[in-house]
Amino acid sequence: MQHDSIGYWKATLGLIRTVLIIWFVVSYGFGILLAPELNNIHLGGYPLGFWFAQQGSEYIFVVLIFWYAWKMGKIDEKFDVHEN
Amino acid sequence: MSLQFTTYLIVGLTFALYIGIAIWARAGSTKEFYVAGGSVHPVMNGMATGADWMSAASFISMAGLISNMGYGGALFLMGWTGGYVLLAMLLAPYLRKFGKFTVPQFFGTRYYSKAASTVAVICLLIASTTYIIGQMTGVGVAFSRFLGVSNSTGIYIGMAIVFMYAVFGGMKGITYTQVAQYCVLILAYTIPAIFISMQLTGNPIPQLGLGSDMAGSSVALLHKLDLIVQDLGFSQYTTTTRLSTLNMFVYTVSLMIGTAGLPHVIVRFFTVPKVKDARASAGWALVFIAILYTTAPAVAAMAKMNLLKTINPNIMTNADVFAPDAQIAYDQRPDWMKRWEVTGLLKFADKNGDGHIQYYNDASKNADFQAKAAAAGWKGNELSVNADIMVLANPEIAMLPNWVIALVAAGGLAAALSTAAGLLLAISSAISHDLLKEKFMPDLTEKGELMAGKIAMACAIVVAGLLGLHPPGFAAGTVAIAFGLAASSIFPALMMGIFSKTMNKEGAMAGMLAGIGVTMFYVFAHKGIFFIKGTEFLVGSLGQNFFFGIEPNAFGTIGAIVNFAVAFAVKNMTAKVPDDIAAMVENVRIPRGAKAVDGAH
Repeated sequence: MQHDSIGYWKATLGLIRTVLIIWFVVSYGFGILLAPELNNIHLGGYPLGFWFAQQGSEYIFVVLIFWYAWKMGKIDEKFDVHEN
Repeated sequence: MSLQFTTYLIVGLTFALYIGIAIWARAGSTKEFYVAGGSVHPVMNGMATGADWMSAASFISMAGLISNMGYGGALFLMGWTGGYVLLAMLLAPYLRKFGKFTVPQFFGTRYYSKAASTVAVICLLIASTTYIIGQMTGVGVAFSRFLGVSNSTGIYIGMAIVFMYAVFGGMKGITYTQVAQYCVLILAYTIPAIFISMQLTGNPIPQLGLGSDMAGSSVALLHKLDLIVQDLGFSQYTTTTRLSTLNMFVYTVSLMIGTAGLPHVIVRFFTVPKVKDARASAGWALVFIAILYTTAPAVAAMAKMNLLKTINPNIMTNADVFAPDAQIAYDQRPDWMKRWEVTGLLKFADKNGDGHIQYYNDASKNADFQAKAAAAGWKGNELSVNADIMVLANPEIAMLPNWVIALVAAGGLAAALSTAAGLLLAISSAISHDLLKEKFMPDLTEKGELMAGKIAMACAIVVAGLLGLHPPGFAAGTVAIAFGLAASSIFPALMMGIFSKTMNKEGAMAGMLAGIGVTMFYVFAHKGIFFIKGTEFLVGSLGQNFFFGIEPNAFGTIGAIVNFAVAFAVKNMTAKVPDDIAAMVENVRIPRGAKAVDGAH
């Protein structure tokens, strides 16, 4: 293959790793494992752990996908493997 | 206008709209209007995916379950949205590049054997059929209320209508019809939520209302709810986890990876025009799904408050909830309770014979509360409210105008019918095409294939309907089991097909069979063999949730771990993957060169 396919795959996996870390921290971390502690903090009328579980994670997931799609487009172009 | 007439009118109008759009879309260039045609805007495609995705489980059942579970119900919210992140990153772009049309075709090619695709078809059939049982439960709730009949009659009528709907088939696959369904569904879900949020907090946006103070006071709604549920012996709303932190964790994982393993969702991303679009379209789908999923917790909490307030008005004013006249008298119950009593999904039994309705947690572990309840002459909870009715009953409980109640009924029917029909189509094509034609009867004519598909559909609906009469759980719970089955079989094999160049057919097949096998074993031990009541096993001697307190609905995660472990173990003991397959996997990772989808159907 004429492209730097190893570099491309490395960059892709790097981005996936970053997204998965954020994905894990907001839902499983803040929403479940740390929820009891975070509930001592309030966001308006929401206990914070409860908010992450029932509201925040969902918003962050949406942002994450668009951010991933945008970054991935950049990586495609950088390694010249994008669709024409 | 009476409520019943308004309901018929609005349901009739919405269905006329879907059919009208279907006919209009057909009249133009047919190909253009199919997703596979590729000219559909990603935003429209996102809405259509949303309508496809949000079934009876999401629309009718989920908020009711959250209402019962409190904080722990978040596992549905996170589980059924977080899976889209996995789908967008790990599967959609690569499956699109792969250029096949169905999941079994992917397995047949990547794992270079018909056997692998047959195993995938079997796993898909098991998961999809379980999914439909959950849908039929929801269909039964929607139809029984809509027609004012008992729940079982509702299921029988629903079975007939779903079957006609699926055979007619024209509603399905036409993106603009689904866009219309999405619009009806989301309006039906959010409008009552806006009304109720206004009533309770003065804030019209439910997502903000849930975090606001009660109207005319400085007490936060969630704090007030925590207090009133505890007044009636229930556990604190905002902190109650689902059984245990471990169980809630693995339950959420199971739903997330199940989302990324269900055929009717994945297929959507096979057919977008470009790899780039596959990534973004998952994002748009999630935008439209998240509108419902972030409204649901507000519906759940507010419906709970309104229900408790209706039965026992004293809870809102800090007056004595145990006072003899605090609870409403049964013969003065509101009309909505009478309407739901007809369906058999809401029942009252006057255990202490005082003519008033005592609705509380009679299994409370709070000794102080139990003592007070006993002193007040309460002899157990007298009102049973099926969790699946909460969303449909919610606007009635809040005494919203008739047109809002009717709109919710229309939304519930749309959600239940569209997803059930879509799944039936998936089942019929899996049996007639992927299994019969490809494997057992290669000379099957096109006509014969269609016939076989219809017979398969009829069988699936009868089986699902009959099991739906005595469902293994609430609609969303049953659907969660279906996700667990997909999570334990399809998701790991797809992942390994893309991210491991060395995974071979033996490993993938052994992994799938082991994963779905161990999951079915655990589910059937709790819920009966093929969900038939009375055939439960092992739980008698080992106790409920005997594996580290994990409930069967959440077991897909364990199944997936088994799947990965078995697959890698078997891979190391069997023949290496052929070089051309390894090269193909390499090629799938790069977007350039994506061709139009082949693998004609």
